[in-house]
Amino acid sequence: MELFQTCSARRILEDAMKYLAFATGLLTATAVVAETPVLTVYTYDSFVSDWGPGPLVEKAFEAQCGCDLKLVGAGDGAALLARIKLEGARSDADIVLGLDTNLIAAARETGLFTDHTVTASYTLPVEWTDPQFVPYDWGYFAFVKDADLESPNNFMALADSDLKIVIQDPRSSTPGLGLLMWVKLAYGDEAKSVWEGLADNVVTVTKGWSEAYGLFLEGEADMVLSYTTSPAYHLIAEEDASKAAAAFDEGHYMQIEVAGKLAASDQPDLADQFLSFMVSDEFQSIIPTTNWMYPAVTPTEGLPKGFETLITPENSLLVPADKAGIVRDAALAEWLDALSK
Amino acid sequence: MAAAFVAALILGTLLAVALRAEAGRGLGPSEWAAIRFTIWQALWSATLSVALAIPVAKALARRRFPGRSLLIALLGAPFILPVIVAVLGLLAVFGRSGIINVALGWAGLPEVSIYGLHGVVLAHVFFNLPLATRLILQGWQQVPAERFRLAAQLGFGPREMWRIIEAPMLRRVAPPAFAVIFALCVSSFAVALTLGGGPKATTVELAIYQAFRFDFDLGRAALLSCVQLILVGSAALVALRLSGQQGFGAGLDRPVKRWDTGGYGRGVLDGAAIICTALFLILPLSIVVVDGLMGLGRLPTQLWHAAWVSLLVSLGSTALVVLLALPIAIAAASRHGWLEAAGLLGIAASPLVIGTGLFILIYPVADPFDLALPVTALVNAVMALPFALRVLVGPIRDVVSDYGRLSASLGLGGWAWLKLILFPRIRGGLGFACGLTAALSMGDLGVIALFADPETATLPLQMYRLMGSYRMEAASGAALLLLVLSFGLFWAFDRGGRRRAET
Repeated sequence: MELFQTCSARRILEDAMKYLAFATGLLTATAVVAETPVLTVYTYDSFVSDWGPGPLVEKAFEAQCGCDLKLVGAGDGAALLARIKLEGARSDADIVLGLDTNLIAAARETGLFTDHTVTASYTLPVEWTDPQFVPYDWGYFAFVKDADLESPNNFMALADSDLKIVIQDPRSSTPGLGLLMWVKLAYGDEAKSVWEGLADNVVTVTKGWSEAYGLFLEGEADMVLSYTTSPAYHLIAEEDASKAAAAFDEGHYMQIEVAGKLAASDQPDLADQFLSFMVSDEFQSIIPTTNWMYPAVTPTEGLPKGFETLITPENSLLVPADKAGIVRDAALAEWLDALSK
Repeated sequence: MAAAFVAALILGTLLAVALRAEAGRGLGPSEWAAIRFTIWQALWSATLSVALAIPVAKALARRRFPGRSLLIALLGAPFILPVIVAVLGLLAVFGRSGIINVALGWAGLPEVSIYGLHGVVLAHVFFNLPLATRLILQGWQQVPAERFRLAAQLGFGPREMWRIIEAPMLRRVAPPAFAVIFALCVSSFAVALTLGGGPKATTVELAIYQAFRFDFDLGRAALLSCVQLILVGSAALVALRLSGQQGFGAGLDRPVKRWDTGGYGRGVLDGAAIICTALFLILPLSIVVVDGLMGLGRLPTQLWHAAWVSLLVSLGSTALVVLLALPIAIAAASRHGWLEAAGLLGIAASPLVIGTGLFILIYPVADPFDLALPVTALVNAVMALPFALRVLVGPIRDVVSDYGRLSASLGLGGWAWLKLILFPRIRGGLGFACGLTAALSMGDLGVIALFADPETATLPLQMYRLMGSYRMEAASGAALLLLVLSFGLFWAFDRGGRRRAET
């Protein structure tokens, strides 16, 4: 009578072992060496997903390079840098794509990156002359809200209002860090008192962008920290014009996303070719509706329809890359102090 | 052997991270604040989860009603949900625009806020009350049917039942259940931060995260990870010391019949305990399901591949858990009780530290991408090990103490002993342990994010990627798929174990 049960425990075990062996086999099978040269690009997760720029970029570049473009997703921007630091000069990566202006100084310090050869007429709101990192897209941080919500037009007015906001933790999230720099740059020594004023507006602080945006869509808050380009996603991909970004008169903090070539690359020429391709029309016209950011060089056919509805801040704020570290540490201490009360 | 392997894996990865550390600083005031908050919220969460589980388990143990076994199976569900999905489900009930606040608004009452220490505890109870209930229910199950018969013949009232049967049983199962839940809550991060309402709710795990990505200070990450291990290790040792070892003796494995179900008051209490728990669990879950149904149509094809990958990983971890847990549980049951504490380290270790440590160890010898899935399966197995041990050690200890001498005198050992004596008696526990592992592994984001390339992404990772690119509806669809798959696996294993057995 008990025979069935004893067998089943064993069978479960055996089945599971079989599957594991199969899974391992599957993995080694994919590691077959390719004949064509391989250019390995480390990037963040959302770049490589089916709905991100990855698949289109890969197809377009492979059509002209006679190579295999291997895009590898490694978390987000900060995780990407940690990954490169861990791998060091032995890394398989030829290019790292997806660092932002807050990470450039730390990336340069590793000494793993080399100078690029790219020249382009960027359409960034700021001058770009970095010798090692090439920008490919950019955006402004902003609070996103329902289009018909009367929104305050600066942080002071927000602090005085009853509006509820969700933000991200600067210790674990890029937009969260962006907001920290934004307030610090706009208010300097008064940043701490601004945060104290905002404390009762902050419903909660989340680990990453997805959690915060999810809470906002569920109705937990009136506004969420995101990008000025977020409403374009809802408008273009979902034909939903109900979201808008709040324009702040202090100006908006910028995020510029860049790529760099690793000094230890075994495909330096292909890497140069990729960086030039990155600022070409073909790559740049993929960016707006897959990465939902502004292209670093506006393509000849212009921006996709719908982008003209977005707010365009009069003032662009950005902490220079080499000062980012110092500003960041001071601003974090103030933020923790003000919101922990 | 198996225990040494687990300990080596956890401590080895920790050491690997520590050795890679460059400069670094010790623990500052903000880290100490994080440690205090972590202990505080974990104590509250574990205490409440276990305390509330006691009446629920008691009611479930002595009542038979339609849907009972479905409810018991459902008790596994919150525990296996991806954190972010569960949080959104909870907020749909308790949040600012959730059901409760809408109802309060209707009644003209002021809004209640979920954000704060109470929110963190509420969410942790949601995750862990069901687990505690199952663990205590298992304790009831180990009381032989003959004891209840005797109690009925002697005319035991509620007080005698408590003193002679329930209290000793709880002394045996409650402290270790507390330790497991405490360990789980210590390593909480996203839940604590989101529902805690801000940086006040910084846990040690968040501080580890900060050390890694904000400062890239591997030394501090390793140090903080040690703090986590010490917290959980000491909780485990205290719990094991408190927990009585005495079993209830052998029975004839007859079906359990309960006579202590009479009385109007007791019926109302049991009913209330069961209904409240069911509502507390089912409301947020059903919101997840409804949201998911709307997103199912939007699932990208990539997701089905990810679901398949997740299934493989999950079955792989389940096999590994059985291989690791059985020897450790047998050793812990017969001689070395402290071995179970070693197993607990699995949940205490930060996935970020284990993942990075493994990366540092693997990188010089192999391409980490090639090993993404086996590594994920292994790490998931180590993390599920404490649950498996908790479930298995009790029943195995009974088997060893009740049948050990008889088996020894009959010269029964090795495979024959496993097959004839052990397996039939721990079948229920083994099924439950396998089910938990499979489901946990299915839903865990774990270390895959550090190793995955696009071909080996798991379902939870793809779900987060969907969320990260505005596709919240598709992500809810993915969450539902994940819930159905994990719950299906859990149910299949659990059911396989409980077939023709009393729970």
